[in-house]
Amino acid sequence: MAQPPGRVTYDFVTRTIARTLGNPGKGYFFLLGAAVTLLAIGIICLLYLLRYGLGLAGYSHPVYWAVFITCFVFWVGIAHSGTLISAILFLFRSGWRTAIYRTAEAMTVFAVMTAGLFPLIHIGRQWYFYWTLPYPNERGLWPNFKSPLIWDEFAIGTYFTVSTVFLIMGLIPDIAAVRDLATGWRKKLYQLTALGWRGTNEEWRHFTRGYLYLAALAAPLVLSVHSVVSWDFAMAIVPGWHATIFAPYFVAGAIYSGCAMVITLLVPIRKLFHLEELISVHHFENLAKLCLLTGSIVGYAYLCEYFVAWFGGNPHERAAFWYRAFGSFWWATWTMIICNAFLPQLLWVKKIRTNITALFVMSIFVNVGMWFERFVIIVVSLAGEPFERWSNANYNATWADWGIMAGSFGWFFMWFLLFAKNFPTVSISEVKEVLAPPRRGAGGRAA
Amino acid sequence: MTAVNPVAVLKGIFHPPPTPGVLGVFAHLDATVDAIGRLKAGGYRDCTVYSPIPRHELEDALAQPVSPVRMFTLIGGIAGCAIGAWLTLYMSYDWPIVVGGKPVGSVPPYVVIMFEMTILFGALTTILGILFNAVFAARRLGTIAWDPRFTNDKFGIFVPCEPGAAAAVEQLLRAGGAEEVRRA
Repeated sequence: MAQPPGRVTYDFVTRTIARTLGNPGKGYFFLLGAAVTLLAIGIICLLYLLRYGLGLAGYSHPVYWAVFITCFVFWVGIAHSGTLISAILFLFRSGWRTAIYRTAEAMTVFAVMTAGLFPLIHIGRQWYFYWTLPYPNERGLWPNFKSPLIWDEFAIGTYFTVSTVFLIMGLIPDIAAVRDLATGWRKKLYQLTALGWRGTNEEWRHFTRGYLYLAALAAPLVLSVHSVVSWDFAMAIVPGWHATIFAPYFVAGAIYSGCAMVITLLVPIRKLFHLEELISVHHFENLAKLCLLTGSIVGYAYLCEYFVAWFGGNPHERAAFWYRAFGSFWWATWTMIICNAFLPQLLWVKKIRTNITALFVMSIFVNVGMWFERFVIIVVSLAGEPFERWSNANYNATWADWGIMAGSFGWFFMWFLLFAKNFPTVSISEVKEVLAPPRRGAGGRAA
Repeated sequence: MTAVNPVAVLKGIFHPPPTPGVLGVFAHLDATVDAIGRLKAGGYRDCTVYSPIPRHELEDALAQPVSPVRMFTLIGGIAGCAIGAWLTLYMSYDWPIVVGGKPVGSVPPYVVIMFEMTILFGALTTILGILFNAVFAARRLGTIAWDPRFTNDKFGIFVPCEPGAAAAVEQLLRAGGAEEVRRA
């Protein structure tokens, strides 16, 4: 990997990252204000929805899974690259992950928090959310464990819990490092949240071993979660959903969208908190390579879907895919294909891969494309359902759908920005781990 | 039977009585490793080493056994899998209802729940394992001297010893390359 500049010592790392907890300047508060405004719009729309019911959303026969479920899958997908970067790349000992994994992991937790809201909004009578929990109803009937929706609840619940404890665990030594530099109320906050960490050999012995096992547990979990989400669709017989490639197709798409979102978040964070020396072009280039790999898998999956629809010879399947490409939602399908399959092919060019502005713009396109991918799979497959085409109504999303979706972006960015301001967004101890340790012969770099 | 004061018990766990000894502060990793070797040769095997990051050189010098956290993970994972199997099969047979023409207790779909519960319980018991072991280790050591620079860029060694032996320990630490030595 690229060696950091010579003046990057242990002390420099601690102080640079501790500085991000100081006054972040006007740019930060502008972004936070924008996030809170979006959230407020979402809350107002949600209150209307609660008062007047799901009729305010654009549901029309047979499209009863629409923007809310699209957002659910989108945000669960965003969550995936965090654990990929923090757990899978940790097991592969990729040194470059150290500077960016905390951002990715925090993004994971907040994205799952956002995703979890949508099934609750979607069920309509939100106050009965506890009906999905495994307890018997008034007739002694238990939940149906053969239903992919119950698998999904267990998968998302486990993913949220595990990614949260993984984030908190990794934070403890870093909070201890900033605790020992902080003053005032922050010192008290960090004293409480560092759980008395001092860096003794006993603490490190149990911590490193436990962290390894957490990573080993999180790695298969990340692959399972989006597979389970894909089975919400693949287990049904709707043409366009009922496909065996859905699990790997969804997992690749999830990691793709997550890596794009990490780029979208890292560019402003790096600028706002002056982390240029810790997060270099090298990190962005590696993320771009991950995007290129997963984006190409996604493009291949699109091709496979169309090929199988044609080659399989099932007239319903063929009709569904014809409708997808040339029906009333052709614009959504082509946005998805251009943004996800064609644009990232530009990343073969090193000049684009190492240009941070170009990567930021591309990551936005990928985010848009991946949202449309879920929209196409969910809404367009339902709208073009060939079994009863004569009764299909036109689907149009309403202000309630868009307002709540905008609110989810506000909710996500608000939590992320608050986290970035108050906790170390770059792992202090892991960045130090990839530096050469201070040795007597090396002129005492840490002194 | 005497009444137990829970506050006093908690205080005892998190603030054990002070341990007398000597603390050495080091700027360099190799000096720390060197000092650990000298202390071991001098018969001081129960020292505590502070470091801002985990380093294999320190682990090797201390020759510690592998952390017992792995047993927590294993037992938690197996328990989670068993609970997942019990949850799904018990709930299916408690009110047998045929869904989609499948057997009442269909194991293949329940593997998903068993897998998720394995991961969930394995992860949570790992966390408990780290916390328990760290707290017990800290309790065994007692309240020992520490310096806030150890989370930034300095390494440290605390050697528990009686005041009479402190001078000899100080000399060993300085010979190893400590830039600062103090008694606690």
